[in-house]
Amino acid sequence: MLKDITLGQYFPGDSVFHRADPRAKIILGIVFIVAVFLADSPLSYAFLLLSTVLMIAVSRIPFKTVLRSMRALIFIIIFTSVINIFWTRGEHLIFEWKFIHIYREGLTFAAYMVIRITCLLCGTGVMLSYTTSPIALTDGLEQLLSPLKKIKLPVHEFSMMMTIALRFIPTLIEETDKIMSAQRSRGADLSSGGLIRRAKALIPVLIPLFVSAFRRADDLAVAMECRCYHGGEGRTRMNKLHFGLADLALTLAFAAFTAGIVLLNKVPLNVFN
Amino acid sequence: MAETFIRTEGLCFSYKDDEGRPILHNINIDIKRGEFLCILGRNGSGKSTFAKLLNMILTPDAGKIYVDGVDITDPGLTEEQIMEVRRKVGMVFQNPDNQLVATIVEEDVAFGPENMGVPSDEIRERVDRALETVGMTEYARHSPSRLSGGQKQRIAIAGILAMMPECIIFDESTAMLDPHGRHEVMETIDRLNEMRSLTVIAITHNMDEAILADRIAVMDGGRIVMDGSPAEIFSREEELTAMGLGVPQAAMLANRLRRAGMDLPEGLLDERSAADAIASAINARKRQGT
Repeated sequence: MLKDITLGQYFPGDSVFHRADPRAKIILGIVFIVAVFLADSPLSYAFLLLSTVLMIAVSRIPFKTVLRSMRALIFIIIFTSVINIFWTRGEHLIFEWKFIHIYREGLTFAAYMVIRITCLLCGTGVMLSYTTSPIALTDGLEQLLSPLKKIKLPVHEFSMMMTIALRFIPTLIEETDKIMSAQRSRGADLSSGGLIRRAKALIPVLIPLFVSAFRRADDLAVAMECRCYHGGEGRTRMNKLHFGLADLALTLAFAAFTAGIVLLNKVPLNVFN
Repeated sequence: MAETFIRTEGLCFSYKDDEGRPILHNINIDIKRGEFLCILGRNGSGKSTFAKLLNMILTPDAGKIYVDGVDITDPGLTEEQIMEVRRKVGMVFQNPDNQLVATIVEEDVAFGPENMGVPSDEIRERVDRALETVGMTEYARHSPSRLSGGQKQRIAIAGILAMMPECIIFDESTAMLDPHGRHEVMETIDRLNEMRSLTVIAITHNMDEAILADRIAVMDGGRIVMDGSPAEIFSREEELTAMGLGVPQAAMLANRLRRAGMDLPEGLLDERSAADAIASAINARKRQGT
């Protein structure tokens, strides 16, 4: 059962997004987030939505997969729209009953909000989690943050920790499964009772898991030392990251996208007036 | 073959937190370049500790260790010299899961050379060659978590090979594997020793692995108590049994038949040669009878 958990949502493929340098994708991801918040008119929102759909299409990740990741946030989306609908005051009242007032501005605002959150999630998802393997993401982050080494921030150590964590998540999940089965076979009841009782029942699972994780850490440290590990200094990499054609194409596309949003904000068209 | 690669003189060691109880007493051994040495001993005999001393994971209390002529117990050793020792003497451990660092096989194999500061193109070459040597080329882009124990252990071996070592120590590297995985790994070790004239030190308590070696050193209570060829060692069945070690089944059978009066040659260790020798002894007896 625990084995079904997939780590990250990397979806292997060969699109422009897959081929692009993780560093470029991280920067463009930030550009995208800023651009989403810049959108301020119906036209630019429409353009945003269209661009996001286009992005998903280009990345060749099934729409279903992308939309499924929205499920976790559906509550937040509904919640913010409800708040926007009922609490926004405006000029055009369209519905009134006792203490409930719904204005047209509220409805527009809610719609914008939904588009904004959806695009934010789908866009950054396509840029980072679906098309970038966790290891490429860590590598990209390490290199982007490497100027911070100058002020003595342990950037290399941080990325090494990330890599090892990613490496050991499946191992530890498997181990948890094994320990749970072992405790169950001794009569441990892990799945009934209230929240507190179930949390307490997890103690006999967590303690062996921690002990074994520490033992593994010890073994791994010795193995790494045997393989000449001595921190980030003087270390080379097998796969050097370099800025290629895919990155150029993406950068241009994103420049056009941001310009489009800014320009469309200026177009004095308002369907509601 | 004659050149000494590793030499220890009067090696003693104890763990600090263990009330100074000595783990190793006065170990003197010469390991030749290209040799396949097996260190046999039951749990707690000090064999893994001995291995960790050879590539400077632990430092001895007393005595000297020379690796390729360099005294590695010299406290004035520079960082580069220490790295060089660890490059020359690679080590593969028992638990395949606890020695792989990266989430992709080839990234893991590249870990050692990356730490050594080898240029990128050369790392690529070394990784490809190492994976080919252990027969795992087709898994280069896989995640290690989906591989079998034997495959993971072969990746760990490739990771060491990519550092271009002169000696590899296998610290019970087959103990956690199933028979199939064990066979895979043993075959790889044997091939590396034969084809690349790599010095191999295999630490084990599995007798069937020990028969592949050129030489066996038996450890008990922190001392080397026997040192000789597999045929010599396994003819001393009673001594081995007293130490809680057995002999390979074929050797045990041959020893018993010999005691019962059958005329068998020395040094029957594997099933094949024992079966042949027993068959020819029976035939010889039949001929005498008729």
